[in-house]
Amino acid sequence: MGLVSWLILLPFITAMAVVLMPERLKHLIRWIAALGTGAHLLLTTVVTVEFWKLASADAASMGTARFTKLYLVEQVPWFKSLGISYLVGLDGISLCMVILTSIIIFTGVMASWTVKERGREFFALLLTLVTGVFGVFVSFDLFLFFVFYEIAVLPMYLLIGVWGTGPKEYSAMKLTLMLMAGSALILVGILALYHMSGLHTFDLMQLATVNYPVGFQKWVFPVVFIGFGVLGALYPFHTWSPDGHASAPTAVSMLHAGVLMKLGGYGALRIAVYLMPEGAKEWGLFFMGLTTINILYGSFGAIMQKDLKYFTAYSSVSHCGFVLFGVATLNLIGMKGAVIQMFSHGIMTGLFFGLIGMVYGRTHTRMIPEMGGLGKVMPWLTVTFFIGGLASLGLPGLSGFVAEIHVFLGGFFGNPWHSITAMRVLTILATMSIVVTAVYVLRGLGKVFMGPIEDKHFLELTDATIPEKISTGILVATLVVVGMAPWLIVNLVEPAVMPIVNRLNGMP
Amino acid sequence: MSPGWMPCGDSGARPMQHILDYEFVLRNAWLIPALPLVSFAIVGLFIRPRSAKLSGFVATAAVFASAVLAWILAAGYFRSAEGGHAALVPWSMEWLRFQENLSASVGVLVDPISVLLMVVVTTVSFLVHLYSIGYMHGDNGFGRFFTFLNLFTFSMLGLVVAPNIVQMYVCWELVGVSSFLLIGFYYEKPSAVAACKKAFIVTRFADLGFMIGVLILGYYGYSFFTGAGSTAVGQPFDFAYLTSPAFLEKFSQVATGVPGLTLITVAMVLVYMGAAGKSAMFPLHIWLPDAMEGPTPVSALIHAATMVVAGVYLVARMFPVFAASEQALMVVAGVGAFTSLFAAVIGCTQDDIKRVLAFSTLSQLGYMMFALGVSTVHEAAGYTASMFHLFTHAFFKALLFLGAGAVIHAVHENDIWKMGGLARKMPVTHATFLIATLSIAGIYPFAGFFSKDEILAAALYGGHPIIFGTGLLVAGLTAFYMWRIYFITFWGKARCEKAGHAHEAPVVMLVPLVVLAALSVVSGFVPFAEYVYLGEKPPHEGINMGVAVPGTIAGVLGIAIAWFLYAGDAGRASALVARMGGSYRHIRNKFYFDEIYIFVTKRVVFAFVAAPIAWFDRHVVDGGVNLTAWCTRTSGAVLRYLQTGQVQTYGAWFVTGVLFVTLILWKMFM
Repeated sequence: MGLVSWLILLPFITAMAVVLMPERLKHLIRWIAALGTGAHLLLTTVVTVEFWKLASADAASMGTARFTKLYLVEQVPWFKSLGISYLVGLDGISLCMVILTSIIIFTGVMASWTVKERGREFFALLLTLVTGVFGVFVSFDLFLFFVFYEIAVLPMYLLIGVWGTGPKEYSAMKLTLMLMAGSALILVGILALYHMSGLHTFDLMQLATVNYPVGFQKWVFPVVFIGFGVLGALYPFHTWSPDGHASAPTAVSMLHAGVLMKLGGYGALRIAVYLMPEGAKEWGLFFMGLTTINILYGSFGAIMQKDLKYFTAYSSVSHCGFVLFGVATLNLIGMKGAVIQMFSHGIMTGLFFGLIGMVYGRTHTRMIPEMGGLGKVMPWLTVTFFIGGLASLGLPGLSGFVAEIHVFLGGFFGNPWHSITAMRVLTILATMSIVVTAVYVLRGLGKVFMGPIEDKHFLELTDATIPEKISTGILVATLVVVGMAPWLIVNLVEPAVMPIVNRLNGMP
Repeated sequence: MSPGWMPCGDSGARPMQHILDYEFVLRNAWLIPALPLVSFAIVGLFIRPRSAKLSGFVATAAVFASAVLAWILAAGYFRSAEGGHAALVPWSMEWLRFQENLSASVGVLVDPISVLLMVVVTTVSFLVHLYSIGYMHGDNGFGRFFTFLNLFTFSMLGLVVAPNIVQMYVCWELVGVSSFLLIGFYYEKPSAVAACKKAFIVTRFADLGFMIGVLILGYYGYSFFTGAGSTAVGQPFDFAYLTSPAFLEKFSQVATGVPGLTLITVAMVLVYMGAAGKSAMFPLHIWLPDAMEGPTPVSALIHAATMVVAGVYLVARMFPVFAASEQALMVVAGVGAFTSLFAAVIGCTQDDIKRVLAFSTLSQLGYMMFALGVSTVHEAAGYTASMFHLFTHAFFKALLFLGAGAVIHAVHENDIWKMGGLARKMPVTHATFLIATLSIAGIYPFAGFFSKDEILAAALYGGHPIIFGTGLLVAGLTAFYMWRIYFITFWGKARCEKAGHAHEAPVVMLVPLVVLAALSVVSGFVPFAEYVYLGEKPPHEGINMGVAVPGTIAGVLGIAIAWFLYAGDAGRASALVARMGGSYRHIRNKFYFDEIYIFVTKRVVFAFVAAPIAWFDRHVVDGGVNLTAWCTRTSGAVLRYLQTGQVQTYGAWFVTGVLFVTLILWKMFM
């Protein structure tokens, strides 16, 4: 069994190990989860190094032919008659997402060190969910992809419904039903693509050689794009996100906003645009328009929020808009920006939800007006929250900027199939969000952490504990590293986006 | 300007005595911004939590090292090149790759204005660091303060040495955030929190223009760069390319669809919007007076000498592009001249010593801006004059702020009417403050005289009599309001108890004052036009008597009026204020611009955009989702009756159906 399979198996084995533990050994359960995810982080590092070695060797020898090449591929036939196989591998985009997920799950476990009720089931479900996420990112067989996709989405219902707060049953139900509706569209799309190709295979790389009829693509593209768009918080299918995130427990919010929402952008790019380039050309401008609404609407919506979780959820709607906006630009710069934004937003929003959990654990309120002056008593949390906030408003030197400048430049550069004026107008509208984002980030954080202490009891509160420092420290470091050394991620993503660009341009 | 790409040679294995020579410093010019960055990281992460004192020391030492390097570089650079000062890029590396032939690098650009700014920034920054060791002594956030100062110094130097517009934008935002952090340094004070948010958001709004300008320049830069017949080297984002005739010739042909408006004008006005935000030009000036909530050394460094001139620097850096559009230059000149007058008028009425200085900064920035606006590529006297004024202003304005800081430190009060009689109690502060006041009033032989003279000459001989007249008026007003605060603060009797017990500042604060005072005198005699010019080296001109005489008269007149009104009997001033009535109140309230902005954001944007969107989302979009769920549930509840397994229900359905069909048949055939 190869490295990539271990990426999927390790969290599952950890989940099983957790389940087998007796409920009363809370410490042991936590430690197993931490060790399992920590080991996964190490494994991811090994895989990254391995990938890097192979890819740079190819870069020297293969030229442009390497773009469509997958690395560390493992293939085992599954249902031979239907052409379904267990096909996993890695390219730059997948690897990027695997690194993101690995970081988020480790820091998420660290941030939920103090979960009290049913810790065993909680960690087991969390790890199962993450198994599905890893599976999605490394699958290159559409059927396998869909199976993992469902594994990733379903445990969310229980995680929110059981461990959540507030109107958790309502939120869990809404989230699950909306995402299921999205899945239904995706399934329809995948089956249509399978049948239409006539190849009797679900292998993504083989399907990507098929030129589907234009009329077919026109109809199937929006179905698949919207199906993924639901998970990527595409307007107007985003409303599961504020409620879902607000009700979910800390680690689940982190994972959900940080990673799961990225499945939407990932699928939209990998399946919708890659397999149906003509459909994308037909609908690109339409979806650019919708995502521009996302970007502005989310950021204006965030200004008015009083609850820190709703605040961050609306900010996510805006930032995830950048992902789909980048995808819809259909050029190299924009789509690269979309992938970088997925990574950057994942880390950033993971940090936010983690920090909100930590602050809530101390103040027992999430309402912004009830807080104030926390900077004095919790300097670590303040500094990390501000760094996250600055990343979210696109401050250069942090990862958000790298993504946003790509997306803006991509939108502004236009593509041969859409009116360049329309694309530019939409891009300029989208850039306005950098101001609105600054407004809500500074208003929110300024109120919570600066100013006079709102409540005398706050003076007795403590700063971050060691696990919390590890968790937030890793996330902040990632934001800084990507922001200061953007070539690390750019060099990873660019070759992987190239085949999509080439296919749009009608090149093999 | 053509980039002199120089390979990064190996710097190892050189004898020690050469380590500080010009060649070495030039090759390693990246050290100048890098030292404060390294110090920021080390102090912020490791030293600050352990020892506040050591943090201050390390931070100051790092900036001192940068300053030494910058001076060596300047001395060598201006001496070395005989026929024109070349633009060199001794170090650069690819930072952000967008696609083939389009990437942004980080690098160090060494040309006359970047060397000039490096000297100014490192010198003032070092002196402010030194001063802060005394000023911030005993403050809880001592270590944090120096960490932020280091971050600022790095960002500002990165901005100054930027060889391309993306690095400029990156560092531009970073100085903005360091400014935010330092204005909000006393974060428990609500007014400081409000001020830092305001500063960041207003400049961010301006940067939106800059960003769109960068997108436009990036797109056309890339198109022409890779277009047929292009022989360009480097990268489309490089200033060397953007200011090259090859690019400008093509770019100025691009139309917008609006008659009479070319795209270059739109792009440059957008870029100017960013510059105007950072340099607090009208109507984006509102953040700068409030920024005085920060500690005084911060005001001296960031909000007087360095960061606020970034806008001027940007216009100068891209001057050939601005000059390619007459309309864009007109905007620069007009906004600059108006701001200089507008701010000077308000400055005459303020009572907070730092706010007067802030309005004075606005006014002087307006000077620098209009000096650029009245130049052209061929008649670039204003360009030189603007940079000259930037240079001298940095010293005397930093000195004024640090002097004000010494006073505030002693009196614990910002209101000039609570001071008084400080000349005898604080002799060194008084003497240095007096030198700075003479300098800003434009009195010979202090530095301000020379640079102001050049600016007014550029306006007059560039054929802009109205701007010249405004400049002259502003010169008089400047002398008036500066001497007003001088007389009230240092002359007469102490007006409150604390002012009576004031003591001279500690030596660590006085040293920077004395050094800056010396620079405020000497810097005027620098043969500036020899070093900084555009195109051909201009013939050396002495003092323009036609400008110097009226300029000096305006200054002396201003001083005389201030003396008459404020040096002795305060009754004269209050009588004048009473005579002016309402108009005085409007000026004192800064023409209500703060109120207008608050109205627009709170009552218009929040109330009519943000709140409706939040409501719409919760009720309409989410309502739609809930409605779908409700329909599904209800239809499920209804459809349940289709298959209950009860004969009665089926019977009821059957009867209903029969009746329904009968009804239809009835209607059809009867």
